[in-house]
Amino acid sequence: MKIRSLEDLEEIAHRGIQKIKGEKIRIAVGLGTCGIATGADYVYTYFENAIKDLTERVFLTKVGCFGYCSEEPLVKVTIPGKPLTILSKVNPEETEEILRAVLSGEIPDKKALCKIEEWNHITEYMVYGKGLANIPSYSDLPFFRGQLKLVLRNAGLINPEDLEEYIAIGGYKSLHKALNMKPEEVIEEVKRAGLRGRGGAGFPTGLKWEITAKNESDEKYVICNADEGDPGAYMNRNELESDPHAVIEGMIIGGYAIGAKEGIIYIRAEYPLAIKRIETAIKQAREYGLLGENIFGSNFSFDIKIVKGAGAFVCGEETAMIASIEGKTGRPRPRPPFPAEKGLWGKPTSINNVETWCNIPIILAMGGERFSKVGKENNAGTKVFSLVGEVKRIGLVEVPLGTKLKTIVHDIGGGSPSGLKVKAVQIGGPSGGCIPEEGFDTPIDYESLRDLGTIMGSGGMVVMSEKTSMVETALFFIGFTSEESCGKCTPCREGLKQMLHILHKILSRRGSEEDLKLLEELSMTIQTTSLCGLGKTAPNPVLTTLRYFREEYEGLINDGKD
Amino acid sequence: MNNTKRAKELEEIILKHSSPAGRILSILEEIQEREGYLSKESLKYISKRLNIPLADLYSLVTFYSFFNLERGGKHTITVCMGTACYVKGAPKIIEELERRLGIKEGETTSDGIFTIKSARCFGACSMAPVVRINERIYGYVFPESLPSLLKLYGWKEK
Ligand SMILES: Cc1cc2nc3c(=O)[nH]c(=O)nc-3n(C[C@H](O)[C@H](O)[C@H](O)COP(=O)(O)O)c2cc1C
Repeated sequence: MKIRSLEDLEEIAHRGIQKIKGEKIRIAVGLGTCGIATGADYVYTYFENAIKDLTERVFLTKVGCFGYCSEEPLVKVTIPGKPLTILSKVNPEETEEILRAVLSGEIPDKKALCKIEEWNHITEYMVYGKGLANIPSYSDLPFFRGQLKLVLRNAGLINPEDLEEYIAIGGYKSLHKALNMKPEEVIEEVKRAGLRGRGGAGFPTGLKWEITAKNESDEKYVICNADEGDPGAYMNRNELESDPHAVIEGMIIGGYAIGAKEGIIYIRAEYPLAIKRIETAIKQAREYGLLGENIFGSNFSFDIKIVKGAGAFVCGEETAMIASIEGKTGRPRPRPPFPAEKGLWGKPTSINNVETWCNIPIILAMGGERFSKVGKENNAGTKVFSLVGEVKRIGLVEVPLGTKLKTIVHDIGGGSPSGLKVKAVQIGGPSGGCIPEEGFDTPIDYESLRDLGTIMGSGGMVVMSEKTSMVETALFFIGFTSEESCGKCTPCREGLKQMLHILHKILSRRGSEEDLKLLEELSMTIQTTSLCGLGKTAPNPVLTTLRYFREEYEGLINDGKD
Repeated sequence: MNNTKRAKELEEIILKHSSPAGRILSILEEIQEREGYLSKESLKYISKRLNIPLADLYSLVTFYSFFNLERGGKHTITVCMGTACYVKGAPKIIEELERRLGIKEGETTSDGIFTIKSARCFGACSMAPVVRINERIYGYVFPESLPSLLKLYGWKEK
């Protein structure tokens, strides 16, 4: 059926609700990439076989990732009238026992991680039920306390391959609202929200849209940057795998606001499941008339195409990405002109990160004013971080901007798992830097991180313990950027190679104090003379480790002297 | 593959990817998906057919790490070298794989069974270190656990 009105949307929402909390017991297996890597697909198959004759009573389904990766595989069980319960570390062998308990109206306590009695999807409020006194509440768990799930509000709770479930939790209502506003009003709302780009640089999204909208042209484009190149970052993968319709809804709203008829999602080839899910979601959205001609019966038409990347980090940079989509080698070009003036095929283009797009339906639902109150002045909203490395509780963590680093590493993450001291956190991938424990009091916002010599980046947060060598870490990143340099600018291409050489020299205990000076000098040159962000930020891992862990470099140099 | 069969397949792929955005990348990706690599013959065909100089096409495919110009082994083992995996010992996994299989990263065993590769990041950082064999990702892989993993793919300890 084609959705044309709010009534049509409500009719479908009603069908979706029956799946999420209907009369049947719902068993939902978390099947993101992380879940599958720990065997969640086997858990699903075991359940599938076990419920063959029970489909009248049990509804088995797939959901995305709930973010608590170190507890995977996660299974969410909803017995009608009772809270939704999350079971953790479920083995295929345990499925039968779980099923038996659930059929008799019970939850196997020892598998239960926590329960959810009610949930704010922002676009909808879901009440499951009360009870199960001996299972802790979601908000009692240290990993979840302190988190605020806006972007991840649906991840792990709805089936990402079922449009009806997305609509059941209020999906596409924001689009309907936007289409009943003037494009300028939509832009105004995003500006009022104070949303800044989540791809790293933090450029105000509303302003970018406004510039793109004001540039006259017969054709315009929106692009979703899903290249997620920073190693150690996987929030975009999860957003696409767990809640693809939120990205699509955001892009349609953006297309309407700036006057584009075509959207492109550029996604890296390393994410096959995310590609599959977003393909499915686009297909469904077309079937229901949410993509294509005359959306919601309006004059507005819009469609989305997927382009797969082919393994080049630099293609995450916006002008390189555009070149890559046009069929050229993905090398950046000087800006201006910015893509908002001359983007894809020379037409005005707004290019935004996956998570930026995810925030759009939320802003329309909450209103810009209310959204701007979340987080910190000038840093509105939340940010999803992937908390990984030497930390006890691993996973995707969403917090209001301005949250302190120590809250994430120690309160949410639980510090180091091995009893070793936490030494540093690497933020911002190859363009970022290592922040020492003394800096953990810093609030996470674009400006404070910059002052520490790093950047927000896309949200990778790798915790390092005292056994991690900071010089080796610097070497790792310079090795990365030097290989991924597109070769266009000499300082980046040759300078990084020289830095790599010096780092090798220091690590093999043949370095001198002169080399440290040379590293700093080279860093300056590369930063100031490279064309794109890759070169401009590539020295950060060296500069921050020299700034905060200089004694490690000196130790290696002195070792060589004996 | 004979030439008429190849031409037929390539025409099919070209036809399927007709809209301009991302066209060439999509065509090359699909050829590689079907053939396992990009053969010289296929590249020559595409070059003529789409009127792109072969040199330009070559510059394109060598720019992107995803494309292979040589046929790989039956099973491709890809070790993730992302930050989290690196911190948790990924370089040791590559070393151990190289030792066990007697080849270097990027090479294929002489019997054509295994190829070793490394990747930037699979985004499965939560279960670092991570290894992908063909399409399946394995989490928490350590040098000691490699033999049992390889055995799943028919490897025999000598
Ligand atoms: C080397 C390099 C790599 C980048 N990689 C990404 C990426 O993987 N994802 C992303 O969203 N932005 C990336 N960016 C930033 C983009 O150029 C661009 O600023 C961003 O997509 C804009 O979206 P936003 O305003 O929503 O943040 C990269 C920039 C540079 C210089």
